[in-house]
This record gives sequence, C-alpha cells and structure tokens, in this order.
Amino acid sequence: MATELPVLKPADFASDQDIRWCPGCGDYSILAQMKKMLPTLGFPREKICFISGIGCSSRFPYYMETYGIHSIHGRAPAFATGLKNVRQDLMIWVITGDGDGLSIGGNHLMHAIRRNLDINIVMFNNRIYGLTKGQYSPTSPLGKVTKSTPMGAIDNPLHPLSIAIGCEGSFVARSIDVNIKHLGATLKRAAEHKGTSFVEVYQNCNVFNDGAWDYATDRQTKADNVLELEHGKPLIFGKNRDRGIRLNGMNPEVVELGKGISEDDLLFHDEKADEPSLAYLLSRLRNEDGFPEPIGVFRAIDKPKYDEQLNQQIEYARETKGEGSLEKLFHSGDTWTVS
Amino acid sequence: MSSTIESPPESAKSVEHLAAATVRLAGDSGDGMQITGTQLTNTSALAGNDVATFPDFPAEIRAPKGTRAGVSGFQVHFASEDIFTPGDHLDALVVMNPAALVTNLPDLKSGGILIVNEDNFESRDLKLANLEENPLENNSLDDYRVFRVPMTNLTRKAVEMVETEDGKGLSQKVADRCKNFFAMGLIYWLYGRDLDPTLRFIREKFGKRPEIVEANERALRTGWNYGETTEAFISSYQVEKATLPAGTYRNVMGNQALAWGLLTASKMSGADLFIGTYPITPASDILHELSKFKEFGVRTFQAEDEIAAVCSTIGAAFGGAMAVTSSSGPGIALKGEAMGLGMILELPMIIINVQRGGPSTGLPTKTEQSDLMQVMYGRNGESPLPVIAASSPSDCFDVAQEAWRIATSFMVPVILLSDGYIANGAEPWRIPDVADLAKIEIKHPQATEGEEFQPYARDERLARPWALPGTPGLEHRLGGLEKQDITGNVSYDPDNHQHMTDVRQQKVDNIADAIPEQAVVGPENGDLLVVSWGGTFGACTTAVERCQREGLSVAHAHLRYLNPFPRNLGDLLSRYQRILVPELNMGQLRAILRAKFLVDAEGLNKVQGKPFAVTEIVDKIKTLLA
Repeated sequence: MATELPVLKPADFASDQDIRWCPGCGDYSILAQMKKMLPTLGFPREKICFISGIGCSSRFPYYMETYGIHSIHGRAPAFATGLKNVRQDLMIWVITGDGDGLSIGGNHLMHAIRRNLDINIVMFNNRIYGLTKGQYSPTSPLGKVTKSTPMGAIDNPLHPLSIAIGCEGSFVARSIDVNIKHLGATLKRAAEHKGTSFVEVYQNCNVFNDGAWDYATDRQTKADNVLELEHGKPLIFGKNRDRGIRLNGMNPEVVELGKGISEDDLLFHDEKADEPSLAYLLSRLRNEDGFPEPIGVFRAIDKPKYDEQLNQQIEYARETKGEGSLEKLFHSGDTWTVS
Repeated sequence: MSSTIESPPESAKSVEHLAAATVRLAGDSGDGMQITGTQLTNTSALAGNDVATFPDFPAEIRAPKGTRAGVSGFQVHFASEDIFTPGDHLDALVVMNPAALVTNLPDLKSGGILIVNEDNFESRDLKLANLEENPLENNSLDDYRVFRVPMTNLTRKAVEMVETEDGKGLSQKVADRCKNFFAMGLIYWLYGRDLDPTLRFIREKFGKRPEIVEANERALRTGWNYGETTEAFISSYQVEKATLPAGTYRNVMGNQALAWGLLTASKMSGADLFIGTYPITPASDILHELSKFKEFGVRTFQAEDEIAAVCSTIGAAFGGAMAVTSSSGPGIALKGEAMGLGMILELPMIIINVQRGGPSTGLPTKTEQSDLMQVMYGRNGESPLPVIAASSPSDCFDVAQEAWRIATSFMVPVILLSDGYIANGAEPWRIPDVADLAKIEIKHPQATEGEEFQPYARDERLARPWALPGTPGLEHRLGGLEKQDITGNVSYDPDNHQHMTDVRQQKVDNIADAIPEQAVVGPENGDLLVVSWGGTFGACTTAVERCQREGLSVAHAHLRYLNPFPRNLGDLLSRYQRILVPELNMGQLRAILRAKFLVDAEGLNKVQGKPFAVTEIVDKIKTLLA
C-alpha cells in the first residue's frame, strides 16, 4: 500500500457509548489496555472486529470504535468462525467470560481452538456469574457459596488453560486485570500470533466475587503466588526470586534455590515445544495446592490455520478447474434435447 | 454426453405401447435399490419421458437383513405426458425378498406385474419377514402376474467367469451384490430401456475396480437377456416420449437443484457463497453438493452443531458473504435463538429447512410438512421472518434464487422450506440459458464525508444498509439487545421498542409488494378452491385437473410465499364457496389462513411419512362437492 496508515491513539478506539460496568470492575482495565495496545499494531481500525456472547464482559464490543457484534450466549466463537472464513483480512477478537465461554459456549470454544482459525479469544475469568447476579460459574472453586449454591458448589471447577491446551491450542496465555503492563504485552502477543490465541485474564468482580484473585494481585503476596513465564528461562518466583519449580518424576515441586539446588535443576519454560505436556503441567499449578500460578505465554506454536486452508482449497480449485461456470455445471452429465 | 458404448439391444418380441408406467424396486437396505431406482429414472428421462420419483428408505443404514424394518424402495413414474407425482399405484413391482413383498404388495395394481427373486424365499427368509407361509406357494398372489426369477443364482452364474487379480474369481458376497443390476437389466428389457447410460455409470462409479465393472455389466446384460429369452415374458412395453417444451433437459434431485440455485444466486449477485451447516437427514446432500464447487468460491463449513452452523452463517453475512444455513426441523429448533438474532441484526441470509417427520427425532427419512408453524412462530419475542416454500425438485432452483433476492433487498433472513419428498425426488429440469438468469443487485455503503453513519437508517422498503467490516468510517456495533431507531445503539426506551417491533414487522409485510400476486388454476370463482403449499404441489395439481376434467367447479392455488402472503390471497379465498387445504400435517396452513382471513377452510391432513396419493385428494374434493 502506497498510502501510509494514519497513526491512531487509544482515544480513537473509544466508541461514544457510556460504559455501564460497575465502578471498580476489572473489565475497565482490560478495555483500557486493549485500546492502548491496538494502535501499536499499525493495523487499520476498520478491519478490526470484536465479537462477544452474553455476560458483563460481552458488552465490550459496544465500547470499541471498531466493527462488532454482541451476539448470543456462548456462541461468539461460532460467529467469529463464519466471519473469519469469508474475511481473512479482518482481525477478529472474541471477548468472553468463564460462564459464557466454558459453560453454555464450551462446545464452540473447544472447536474454535482446535480449528486454529486466526482469531484471538480473551476470556475474562472472574469465577462467578455477574450479569445474572451471582451464581457460581464453571471456574468457581469447590465449596463456593453463592445464591445458587447456599451449601457450597459441588461442581469440580475447570481450568481454562487446561481446556485450551487439551483442544490443541496453538497460543495459550494468562494475565491479570490489574497487572496492566503484563496484560498489554500479553494481548499484543495474542494479536500477533497466527492462529487461535487464547488468553485467560484474571478479572475481579468487585460486586459478586470481590477478592477472588487477591492472592495473585495483593502487593504483599503476589510475588509468592504468581510466576511470570519467560521463554527459555527457568521457572523462578518469590519476592527474593529464591524459589523455583522442579520436576520430581512426573510431578512438579516447589524448591528453594541454594542449598545444593541451582537454576539448572529447575524446569525451563519452552513455549515453542510441540509437545503440550509442559504447558499442560503449568496450567495445572494452583495456588490452593501450594504452587505459584504462572502468567504469560504458556504455548505459542505454529500450526495450520482453518481459514487459511479453506481459502487455499478455493484457490487450488480455481487454479486447477478454472473459475466455476454455471453453463458447464448445468450441462455436465447426461442431458437430452427436446425440439 | 452422447458417447455410445455399443448400440442398444433391441427386443425381438412384441411391444405394447403405454402412456405411463409406475415401477417400484424394493429390497433390503443393502440391496442397492436406491442406485437401481436412480438409474431407471435417468435412463427414462434420457429416453424422453417425463419422470417423477419417490425414494423410500429406512432411517437405519442397515437394519437387520431380511426384516420388514430394513426394506428400502424406489418408485419411478415415467410417462409420455406431463406428470407431477410418482404415481399412486404400481404397474410393476420388483421384490428382492419376502419382507419387500409383504410391505409393498398393497400398492401393486390388481393384474400388475410382480417380479420376485425366488432365491430369497427359503424358510429362513420367510421367518425374518415374520411370514408363516410362503406367499409364492399359496394363493395370495393370484391377482397379479407373478414372475418368479432365480435372480441370485442367475447372477452368480453370470459373474462366474469374471477374473480377479488373485485368480480366485469373485467371492460369493461380491457376486451377490451384483443382483440389483440383474433386476435392473430385466426391468430395462421390460420397458425397452437403453443400457448405455447405466453401463457408463458402472464404468464411472467402479472404474478403479475392473472386476466389479465387469461383474455388474454382466449382471445387467444377463437380466436383459433373461427377459428376452425366457418364455415367461411374452411382450415388453414402450412408453413414448413426453411432449415437453423445447429445450435441453437434465434430471435433477431436489437437494441438488437447491444447491445449484444457491450457486446461481451467488453468481448472479457477485457474493461468494458460505454455508454453515451440520449434517442432518434429509438436508445433508445440500452440503455434499455444494462442497464440490470450491471453484465457484463456495466455502462450506461443517460446524460442531446446529447452533454453531447458524451463528457462523450470521458471522459470514456480517462479512458480506451470501450466507446460508441448512437443516431439518430438529436443527431449526436448535437454531431458533440465533435466527431471532439474525432477524434483529437485519442481515441477509437463507435458512433452509428440509422438513421431515416429527416431532423430536420423528421419522428422519420420511416426508412431512409439519414445520410451518415452527418457522413462522418458533422464536422468542416478536420475530417475523419471511417464509417461502419449494413445490418440486426443479422448483428448488428458482426458490433458492428468490430467497436470496428477498433477503438482500429487504435485509432479512429468509426461511426456505423444502421437504424430504422434494429433496430426494427427481424430475426433468429444463436447463436455463445462463444469459437469461436475473441479476441480484447488492449494494454496500461507503462513508460520506462529514456524515455520521447510521446503521439502522432505512430505505423506502425499510431495509437498513449492509455496511461491511473493512469499510473506513462505517465502524458500528450490532447486537441482540433492542436498538435505538436509526443509530442502532442499545435502547431500553419503551416507545422505541414498540416502534422497532412495528418496523421489523412492516418490513416483512412490505415484501408482499415485491412478489407476484397469487395465481389460480381453474375458474376464478366457484364451488371449491384447493389451497396447497410445498411438496404436495404434484398431487394437488393432478387431483384438481382430474376433477376439472370431470366437470367439477374446483380451482387450485399453490402458494410459494407463506410469509407474507400474496396481496390478493384474502380476496381470492373469498371467491369460492369452500376452501380445502390438503397438508402433510394436522392443519398448519389451514390454521394460519383461518386466523388471518377468517375463512372456514377445511383440511385434508395426514402424517404417515408418505406423500398424498392423488386419489386421496380426489376423493376428498368429491366428498366436499357431493
């Protein structure tokens, strides 16, 4: 293209609609980081499209001055799939939540990820149903007392990233709403990845589940409870960066550095590993089991993309058969003439 | 294609001339009856007959062998006159086993030809069919002209000398699979059919396995020779060419014609076709057919479920594609919420329902018209959508284009109804001249300097603009929450909701201005008007013609447009003393007509998984006019 793209600012991505999330909601931060990150991509605004389902997070498209669809509950990945298949030129973001994406829309999320269309999926995980006012969600912990579980939840919770990896995800990452630098950088990595990017964002619902992620966001505790992944680097965490994750047989364990244990003994992160086991193992590390919870990019590999292959098949058919002709089609096979 | 493999054999026996014949082949679902029927259809059409077909098969792929549940049949009606139905009664019936005999015999005319594979009438076969006695050996078949043919043994002998790579010859299992071609050969002899098209078919279909080609060819020829040489058959029959309008013809099946109509609409509008769909009987062949045509820019997407299928379709519509989803009643039920979204987003798309027997899983492989209420009213909220229905296999070609024309000019999802009978039925189709096909105009807006884009501003038809992602300056958000008029922003304003509901209804009503007035065949007023829709077209047309010939004051209106109705329909209904609405449901169109026009419409209704016989409608007309 000869003409240079206009330089956009975050404000250029703000629509004229009043934002109606509760004051203090973690969604504000994600919206702000998205608006800040998008101009850095140098991608035309009119080619960006946000698609959401139903839930608090799913109001997101209304607040972005891009194209967008606020669709129906759980189905956003399916809308995105149809759109991407016919419009490879677009950058498509699916905005979903733990209820929308893992409960009613679990099937579509699974299939979008395994097809590896070149789209980006951001799941706002607040471990609660917000818009329907406080029922437990598929990521709520066992025993969670909510309006619909007065005696405690008895559903085993899902780990979103384990699901994404199990669905053969090619890009799987996690960030935290208030960790704005990390969040911005993670969203950017997701945008730049070719294939389906799945990003889980720990998001605080300050009305119905306030403090669900305190252990990962509190100044005092976060360094001990969160482990920032870096490709090719050993898994080290802690305020003093004196602890790490080591494999003991098939099982991870927390060890203290020094006293005969060096960095070389630790697990090293490899986001490009074809084998998903390491990424899966990392996705299983939970605070409640005494582990720090990793954030960052768990997995980023290159794999064939559904939309690309679909369109390649069309090109190939046109190259080998020529552009479709109705005349030829109608007269193919047996015909007869009545005079 | 006119390449001749060898000159067709000619019978030395006498030939009787007939105006029409109805033949059914019936056997086990693994016996290849559908192939046999399709071949007889094609060959008859190539011989210049008008044809209509009725394939009838069980939902199970292979029900237990030899049982009544596993019987699969294919009926072909070929004629030297214009015909609209596969025929009420059979002139000839070929049965491959006792189960096929007992389940099909009631449809055979008294004095009709019954050809039986007598090798399959051992006591074991009789037991599988729950028969105590061998019908070939009591007097139960005295009313028919029975030909007992040892098809299995003759076929085995015919393919004995076929050489295989391993030098062992064909296994008995493979040899026995050829017996449908033997039966076909015999029927071809009986009706003076050319073997060439089927020989070509055998070579194309089995070309990679020369021993199978040879075996099937031998079986076919042996069947033909059997008719010619055995003394049992005294004469064969000849159905002369039908006098169809001049032109080049081919056979089409309903789902195929529907797929081709969609392809044509795509070409005529310049929008690439996207179909998001999930396999379901009897709609899957639309997907199969379209997936062959990638060089037309067709993107087929087999979604993870019905809901994803329709949602991907809406996504593709947003992107500017000619977006289509196809299903049958159970799938349409699942798509309901998204169809409502498509309606409120006001994006153009086609939603195809190839109806089958319901409710729930119902009768998947049988036909019914019982989803009219579902597509009219089966969504939450006030959610009107236009509905049009195909009347025959070849009509699917036209209806598909009409659906896209309405969808794009009014920015609305259009529901296209077909049914299992139309979908699997075949008839001759006069190939249109591509230059004569009507273009479908599509417009996408561009930004106007200094003007804010209004996604819900409307034109004179009340259609909103179809602004595509990628267009600078037209960035906008659509959604399922109620929208403010003009701007499309979320609005909870009570008056606005009333207004938008009214506008969406009015827009659908406006379609009546863009469709033809309803035509009637017969007197413009009189004693009785038969009103029909969908796949009953053939039976109703034939029945009304028959009654008209007998001097009855009866007319026929067959509706393509079910929502909205043609402008003149109310007036038309008022011009007849009585209204009869034959439907393969319990009275759905009748209920709508009664509600809308306050007419005392009467029904002829059945849900037996079978199309109407012409005589059923004739009898009802006569009863009403008696």
